[in-house]
Amino acid sequence: MEQSRKEQEKIKKYEDYVKRKTPVHSLAKNMWWAFLSGGLICTLGQGILNFCRGLGLDKETAGSWTSVSLILLSVLLTGLNVYPKLARRGGAGTLVPITGFANSVAAPAIEYQKEGQVFGIGCKIFTIAGPVILYGILISSFLGLIYYFLHMWGLA
Amino acid sequence: MEYIQAFWVGGLICALVQILLEKTKLMPGRIMVLLVCAGAVLGSLGIYDRLIDFAGAGASVPLPGFGNILFKGVKKAVLEHGFLGIFMGGFTAGSAGISSALIFGYLASIIFKPKMKN
Amino acid sequence: MGRTVGEQSIQFDSSVYLLGGGSVVGKLEGEGPLGKYFDRVGEKDGLFGCSSWEEAESALQKEALSIAMEKAGVSREELRLIYAGDLLAQTIASSFGVMGFHRPVYGLYGACATMGEALSLASMAVAGGYGDYVGAVTSSHFCSAEKEFRYPLGYGSQRPLSATWTVTGSGACVLGTRRSRARITGITTGKIVDYGLKDSFNMGACMAPAAASTIEANLRDFGRRPEDYDRIITGDLGEVGQKILFDLLAERGISIEKQHMDCGIEIFDKETQDTHAGGSGCGCSAATFAAYILPKIEKGQWKRILFIPTGALLSKVSYNEGKSVPGIAQAVVAEHC
Repeated sequence: MEQSRKEQEKIKKYEDYVKRKTPVHSLAKNMWWAFLSGGLICTLGQGILNFCRGLGLDKETAGSWTSVSLILLSVLLTGLNVYPKLARRGGAGTLVPITGFANSVAAPAIEYQKEGQVFGIGCKIFTIAGPVILYGILISSFLGLIYYFLHMWGLA
Repeated sequence: MEYIQAFWVGGLICALVQILLEKTKLMPGRIMVLLVCAGAVLGSLGIYDRLIDFAGAGASVPLPGFGNILFKGVKKAVLEHGFLGIFMGGFTAGSAGISSALIFGYLASIIFKPKMKN
Repeated sequence: MGRTVGEQSIQFDSSVYLLGGGSVVGKLEGEGPLGKYFDRVGEKDGLFGCSSWEEAESALQKEALSIAMEKAGVSREELRLIYAGDLLAQTIASSFGVMGFHRPVYGLYGACATMGEALSLASMAVAGGYGDYVGAVTSSHFCSAEKEFRYPLGYGSQRPLSATWTVTGSGACVLGTRRSRARITGITTGKIVDYGLKDSFNMGACMAPAAASTIEANLRDFGRRPEDYDRIITGDLGEVGQKILFDLLAERGISIEKQHMDCGIEIFDKETQDTHAGGSGCGCSAATFAAYILPKIEKGQWKRILFIPTGALLSKVSYNEGKSVPGIAQAVVAEHC
């Protein structure tokens, strides 16, 4: 017991020391780039949304068109090797918008094509996006279950 | 005006996530999961729709917006189909996003070749 | 023959000679500070005429070993043994890389320290009289390593400043009993050293304790001081690892700041090439040794050096299961003669 606590302390001490010795990106600068790139992607989305609304589409349909357009754009930029370059600067700004999700689908699909249709593209296309879909569905269904009971009891 | 709101709200969400990226050891994959789940929770509390009313695409384009859509889909299906709706709504509402990403992603794997990072 | 000295070293009495080195690298490495020393530099696409990153890495090994054999004047039939290694799962790049030579092969995995391991084992084989000519070759490829250990290349992610850039390249050496201008006079086999760090984007900090341990052991076993070496050359500690190595050795009363050099720091220009902490991968130390270090020893510019490739021991599974990233470092003493 005593031994393992000492061990833990030693590890902690080295971790802290390494942390002091390791240079990090300037957070303020990276936040600025994330703000800028993320903001621009959302503004572009707003533009598409407004355009679709202008065509007389309802809110939900216009929203879907916006997602589909941004996803297409992101996949193209991934294929042309531009998105990873943007992401190097943009960080969370290119990760958080729906374009980041599209990038996480297209990148492994392109990378693993050599390993075949099923075990290459088919499996690996979900390496990063799979967890997002799984936990998104899990949590929304769980919340839906709660909503179901609340609704049944007339609370929501 | 709505462009400015979309810009700064969307940008702010990204900037805050940047802090999370740098201050924790969370990998991007985990962050994406976290954001979608957070969006679903905020959606279920009715908060996220208010943010969308205010910021438009600034709130719907970031990943929490996707979580919000998933929950709203489940809610709608529960109202229509009762208990069975819990199993139907999510994919129905998220279908445009998920299907387009998969279809375009697949097509990209046919058209593009992997490239060296430089 | 050789004999064991101290706790973990071997001294070779009958000589093990370094007969020739070959190096092939990617375009980025070719544009780096050591660019002009490499035997062959590839194209921008990083494919070396192949259709996948893994095939390309195998092609690198094949080419590097062929060049080394040519320089050593050793024919395929004369090569008694090959020690080959790389970073991919089941060291598959080596299997396909050296298969075509149709020579007896030992496949090695020692993470980025594999060139140290290959040279050590090859030296032992030559010194023990088990082969007049023995090859040692290792490789790494930026793209196959990213795919294996991190993300697909098209995935947008930010690399922390402590991250190193896997070198696309391969280095090979032919060792033998025939006299030449350079020889290996001793080796120090590294122990696995774990300081409990879990950050795979800070390999330098994971490996520095191992480098310190092996350097200390080498000096102790051979009864030498750092000044007895013209250079003490680590594999791929990078900027962060170098600082930590100096501190760890200083705690033990050893100062190597005057002699120290790190292949990972030398191979890229961090100001212009945006590679952050430096180069890494088992091609990094191997190509630098074959292209830059060996010729300097042959010419006598350096009389005696200590070459210590460093490796971080992790797999995708161990990382996901939350295991720490221990380090290992294998030292080789090379001398002009």
